[in-house]
Amino acid sequence: MRQMLLSLAAGLVTATAVHAADVSLLNVSYDPTRELYVAINKAFAAKFKADTGKTIEIKQSHGGSGKQARSVIDGLQADVVTLALAYDVDAIAERGLIAPDWQKRLTENAAPYTSTIVFLVRKGNPKGIKDWDDLAKAGTKVITPNPKTSGGARWNYLAAWGYALKKYGSEDKARNLVRDIFKNVPVLDTGARGSTVTFVERNIGDVLVAWENEAYLALDEFGQDKFEIVTPSISILAEPTVAIVDKVVDKKGTRAAAEAYLQFLYSPEGQDIAARNHYRPRNPEVAKKYEGEFAKVSLFTIDEVFGGWKKAQAAHFNDDGMFDQIYTQ
Amino acid sequence: MSKAIAIRRTRRVIPGFGVTLGVTVLWLSLIVLIPLAAIFLKTAELSIGQFFAIVTSRRVLHALQLSFGLSFAAAAVNLVFGMLVVWALVRYRFPGRRILDAMVDIPFALPTAVAGIALTNLYAGSGWIGRHLEPLGIKVAFTPLGIFVALVFIGLPFVVRTVQPVLEDLEKELEEAAASLGASRWTIFCRVVLPSIFPALLTGFALALARAVGEYGSVIFIAGNLPNVSEIAPLLIVIRLQEFRYADATAIAVVMLVAAFLLLFVINALQRWSEARTGRRL
Amino acid sequence: MTLLPYSEYVPHDEGWIAMAPARPKARKLDVRADPPAVKWAIIALTFAFLGLFIVLPLINVFAQAFSKGLEVYVAALHDDDALAAIKLTLLVAVVAVVANGVFGLIAAWAIAKFDFRGKNVLITLIDLPFSVSPVVAGLVFVLLFGLQGLFGSWLAAQDIKIIFAVPGIVLATIFVTFPFIVRELIPLMQEQGTEEEEAALSLGASGLTTFFRVTLPNVKWALLYGVLICNARAMGEFGAVSVVSGHVRGVTNTMPLHIEALYEGYQAAPAFAVASLLALLALVTLVAKTALEKRTGKG
Repeated sequence: MRQMLLSLAAGLVTATAVHAADVSLLNVSYDPTRELYVAINKAFAAKFKADTGKTIEIKQSHGGSGKQARSVIDGLQADVVTLALAYDVDAIAERGLIAPDWQKRLTENAAPYTSTIVFLVRKGNPKGIKDWDDLAKAGTKVITPNPKTSGGARWNYLAAWGYALKKYGSEDKARNLVRDIFKNVPVLDTGARGSTVTFVERNIGDVLVAWENEAYLALDEFGQDKFEIVTPSISILAEPTVAIVDKVVDKKGTRAAAEAYLQFLYSPEGQDIAARNHYRPRNPEVAKKYEGEFAKVSLFTIDEVFGGWKKAQAAHFNDDGMFDQIYTQ
Repeated sequence: MSKAIAIRRTRRVIPGFGVTLGVTVLWLSLIVLIPLAAIFLKTAELSIGQFFAIVTSRRVLHALQLSFGLSFAAAAVNLVFGMLVVWALVRYRFPGRRILDAMVDIPFALPTAVAGIALTNLYAGSGWIGRHLEPLGIKVAFTPLGIFVALVFIGLPFVVRTVQPVLEDLEKELEEAAASLGASRWTIFCRVVLPSIFPALLTGFALALARAVGEYGSVIFIAGNLPNVSEIAPLLIVIRLQEFRYADATAIAVVMLVAAFLLLFVINALQRWSEARTGRRL
Repeated sequence: MTLLPYSEYVPHDEGWIAMAPARPKARKLDVRADPPAVKWAIIALTFAFLGLFIVLPLINVFAQAFSKGLEVYVAALHDDDALAAIKLTLLVAVVAVVANGVFGLIAAWAIAKFDFRGKNVLITLIDLPFSVSPVVAGLVFVLLFGLQGLFGSWLAAQDIKIIFAVPGIVLATIFVTFPFIVRELIPLMQEQGTEEEEAALSLGASGLTTFFRVTLPNVKWALLYGVLICNARAMGEFGAVSVVSGHVRGVTNTMPLHIEALYEGYQAAPAFAVASLLALLALVTLVAKTALEKRTGKG
């Protein structure tokens, strides 16, 4: 006991004798990426040291993508944002914190990795959930985060809508499907991770509509004997985007480091780490290497079906949009 | 009024009145009054109609009902059981009494988040208590019942600690006189003891109620946070804040503040009543 | 000498003397004693109630903390983010306690040693933070200092960070623990009155000297008591800090926030490990509190 206290005190003292990093960055990210960035940050710090001889420290903040964007707008001093979707970064750009051409500054639409939306169900799939229609059945409890705060939730919503459009061909049917699905949602957490916790730890719900990477992570953490993944017939290509927050990096003088950090996400090493954390890599070689890990799903993009994020956000997620109309709580 | 009379300055023997009062008022304003005023200012941006629309919307009403209703129930339970506990601690001698007495203060000292995860873990399906209750069909964690348990926990010390000194000071001659007149213990309790400690009981109840209504940390882990079912008002404020609907958040906060001020007013009145009755300030 | 009944007198050589028969000593009847059945029922209920609601959760904290073994426990506490959280909690607590302590002494002096109109109003106002929900407490500071708030743009221009940074956390904690120390000092100082201070002043001491050498020693136990409970609350504050902090791990997470972060990150055992530190703090606070209560003759 005494030794533990002594070592704790020693730890505190060393933490106080700040071995101040030469450079410090704040990465404001969306909810499920905690584990990913622990790995990325470690690898990048090593690379940065090797390349420049300086030590770098990257701090993380996680939360629902929409909420994080608003926090940055409200003054959270992010050097980089790695959010769930382009619209949230656009929102920050609109306030003048990010240059308007941010998405062109990096390749692949500034989305170094992609993901999609799948279902996580209890082992044995007792409710027999196979596709989006099953989520709307009476008596099925669906867990998804709040589209008002979470990026993943918006991808979930649009994936369901897109499915209905493709299958039934009418906006009305799509609206009904999504409305019925949300009728089955007992609780809306603020972020994807919150929903996973609700489903996995609090044992609420029959099916979790989640990021693919989050579903695989849940399997890793909680064992394949408790849950299984069900891949829907069709899903949406989700592109989480990254950007430098110009106003902050210029003030702090960390532009070079921040740019190197984002570039690292595209590098083979970064892509490999992403793939190992169940994010679909862009790099073709890495993608080939991890091909077997990702289920084959027919994917549509937001541009094809909805005409891009600006239109989708305005129509569905802004105040008094479609979501507000169908979710009357 | 002639100047001569007006200059009857209160000569104070002890120095420092002006400075200390000034600093006190200044600090109070900076830390408490101005920030609180900010809420009312922000809400004033809404029209009365908007304010009422927000505050009477289904989800908000439900959250407020839940917060106040469960707090009331929890405070009531603490009233009854607190009375039992304080009676045992003051009137009886038994092994472990001192330790129990000290333990009553744990909810005061334990951080709310720690209490929150501990209670959640305990009452979840896999927890020490939950695993016995769930087969019986009783779900505690993630239901309003769980919120109730958490609120009982944090309100527990209030009744006990408020009543304890009054009960200790109670003159035993009163009870002895009643006994000598042939009253049973129960009659003595109801007609001698209870009236004397009644203000203290009520004060403890009101304090527990006030604390429970605003409680956040210990509740959000164990509550299901399901809107219209198990969502407490403070959580709704946080959600609206995260959605950056500041107006909604402040409107709900105003309702809670007004209720809290009313409670505070009631508590102070009760304390003065008790002081008048027993000469002891609670 | 009392006269006993004739039958009590027995013959003796010198005459009749009174011999009181050995009477069993009358046991003093405690008319306030409850029937034993009731007494033990109440005691049993007390144990059950307190055991269920207080003891069990407390034990659970430690049980869960060690559920994955000692190594995990120690690792959780040595983790960088945990250490940063502990540091931040300590910093915030120290600042809050000192600020509220100084204020408490000043305010108690003004309130207890003097009579003035509006004293009751002042006391009620000081009590306000008690009745405000911690979430609302955090909200008020966001409304004031957030970028969209009253002073937001001015602060941004001066590059002063309050919300999403340590100063905001400190402010919110000061708000929430505002009345603790004052409330402990006032009754004691009122009880002690002003005689000693007046005596010191009449002997030629200045105001400050009187304060430090007469008043302060008199209230030191109450002050310590107030500091103790203020500290416990400051370290454990969750709701208010949650609203104003940016939840940046290792920077703006206090221990309670760090516990939440761990818990939400599927790391229950480490979460309880950090929680056990706070639980230990609570127990230490209680022990010290009890000891102090004996000193000041409270409860």
